[in-house]
Amino acid sequence: MIKHTNYLSRTYKLPDGHKLAAYEGVGGYKQARRALSTMKREDVVEEVKKANLRGRGGAGFACGVKWSFMRPHPTKPAYLVINADEGEPGTFKDRTIMELNPHSVVEGCIIGCLGIGAHAAYIDVRDELHLSKARLWEAIKEARAKGYLGKRPFGVDYEVEVYVHTGGGAYICGEETALLNSLEGRRGEPRFKPPFPAQVGAFGCPSTVNNLETIAAIPTALELGCEEFSKLSALHDVRDGGTRLFGVSGHVKTPGVFECCVGLTLRELVYDLGGGVLGDAKLLGVIPGGSSCPILRPEEIVHAPDEKSPLHRWHGQSVLDVPMGVDTYRALGTMLGTCCAIVLSDKADPVLAFHNLMRFYRHESCGQCTPCREGTGWIERILDKIVAGEGSMEELNLLHDVASGIMGNTICAFGEGAAMPALGFVQKFRPELEAYVTSGGKSGTGRLTP
Amino acid sequence: MAFALTPEREIELADIFGRYPNKMAATIPALHLCQDQNGWVSPEVVAFVAERCEVSVAHVQGVVTFYTLFNQKPVGQHQVWVCRTLSCALRGADDVLHHCEKRLGIHVGETTKDGKITLRTAECLAACGQAPMMQVDKDYHENLTLEQVDVILDRLKRS
Ligand SMILES: Cc1cc2nc3c(=O)[nH]c(=O)nc-3n(C[C@H](O)[C@H](O)[C@H](O)COP(=O)(O)O)c2cc1C
Ligand code: FES
Repeated sequence: MIKHTNYLSRTYKLPDGHKLAAYEGVGGYKQARRALSTMKREDVVEEVKKANLRGRGGAGFACGVKWSFMRPHPTKPAYLVINADEGEPGTFKDRTIMELNPHSVVEGCIIGCLGIGAHAAYIDVRDELHLSKARLWEAIKEARAKGYLGKRPFGVDYEVEVYVHTGGGAYICGEETALLNSLEGRRGEPRFKPPFPAQVGAFGCPSTVNNLETIAAIPTALELGCEEFSKLSALHDVRDGGTRLFGVSGHVKTPGVFECCVGLTLRELVYDLGGGVLGDAKLLGVIPGGSSCPILRPEEIVHAPDEKSPLHRWHGQSVLDVPMGVDTYRALGTMLGTCCAIVLSDKADPVLAFHNLMRFYRHESCGQCTPCREGTGWIERILDKIVAGEGSMEELNLLHDVASGIMGNTICAFGEGAAMPALGFVQKFRPELEAYVTSGGKSGTGRLTP
Repeated sequence: MAFALTPEREIELADIFGRYPNKMAATIPALHLCQDQNGWVSPEVVAFVAERCEVSVAHVQGVVTFYTLFNQKPVGQHQVWVCRTLSCALRGADDVLHHCEKRLGIHVGETTKDGKITLRTAECLAACGQAPMMQVDKDYHENLTLEQVDVILDRLKRS
């Protein structure tokens, strides 16, 4: 069932909703004030754990648990780093928060700093988002002028500073350790883990990296009470709580970003929020949460006869009717990712869609790890040939091997992010790929647009 | 000739240094600041940033070559970036791109003869719901039709 909410987006439609006055008009900064004046670090962490707020950046790790990994260091400060790199193809949700509700980010940063024992937060925004950066800086200045940031925010002796940092244009800098390198002024190459950022993060100090939407949800969670916040979700019982932004783009009538309770289904996202498939064409497939998530096809039926399976409740139903959650989607063999879906109608040639994405991954591989650097190149070149009608069955089979060879063999998750959708396309569009090979590239529509 | 920032930008650079616990961290913001003024990251800019951020020239060069937004050679007065990633491609990004090429008489990666416009492709710019889209200098243009593209390009040509 669709349950619209209006928390993260509460200022979106207000005149000058990005300004402090509008934000305070809807209760803004009360939670930061309350947290700083009445709560200790441990209280914040314990409370946020109850929100079951799964990271909105893609991996879905529970925010409160992540904060609890931070240990005070005898000599080093701690840092909160906010990931607003928003580079995952199909993802355009964080931008709406930065442009239309930037104060929720600042307030989230204040509470987050207290929760992890930090006194400074860096919001890393990709450089192209000029309006987002300007709005965040403006919000920071307004908050500082009001005494909500600085040495004694709200008159409490707990310094908090918030800064905007910007990278240089590289998708890989969304990966948290690459992001830390970008923040330190280095090439954005991912680092080996361990050590994890909670031990050695920004500037060699303990750090927490949170997605921008994750941190922007914190004031709401505290306002409602974290348990109540979690209960908004249809998946509260499996610890996937709250409300979040859902995006939908591609072949739908009304693309956009919508705030709803967790538990929305893909069918609702495509046919209700998205207004249905463009031109009322047939639905070919949906990439559910950014391009790294394997595609789902509407014909797929949930097979989960085992009562212990997280999907058992939906056994025998279409995948489109499974609530969109971190664990439900993992069990489906895909990922919830950023919760921004890309919709393909049957007017789109799936082989070209596959090609488009693999060109992206080849372009964005940072080149550190051989399996990823070479593998993404191989995949793109094979698809170049298949699309041109010059591919062979042997090469088609090679796609699977190359993609499998990347999995698990790289420093960061970019490798899986490229290989998993590749394996998904190879498996789910095998007949279309074979037809391309046997017909010399004449089988498809040759178009992505309707 | 050695590169120098305008006095206003020097103030901004001082502000940038104030945000980080060390100077190296200012490398990327400092490069953006210099490129805004100079149009591209020349060897003189690299030397300037290296000196001010107290890092080696090799370090700065390594950073410049890693990130796509730093121009390693001079570019046109205006940058037109057409997003070509999937959500935009599903909504006609290829048509927008080819239209730009035809209208400007150049290929992707090239600059018009008068030095006004450089045409480029971009990867997903977080505007997927408003596809197709392009970025012109610092501004986003979304839900594009080919007619709107014409208006935008004509305005740039006249500027
Ligand atoms: C290749 C790659 C790109 C990523 N891009 C982003 C991004 O643009 N924004 C983001 O928040 N997380 C991104 N992530 C996930 C981050 O590494 C990290 O998990 C996240 O920022 C943690 O925040 P969260 O727990 O609040 O979700 C990316 C991961 C990988 C492997
Ligand atoms: S695909 Fe073009 S903005 Fe995302």
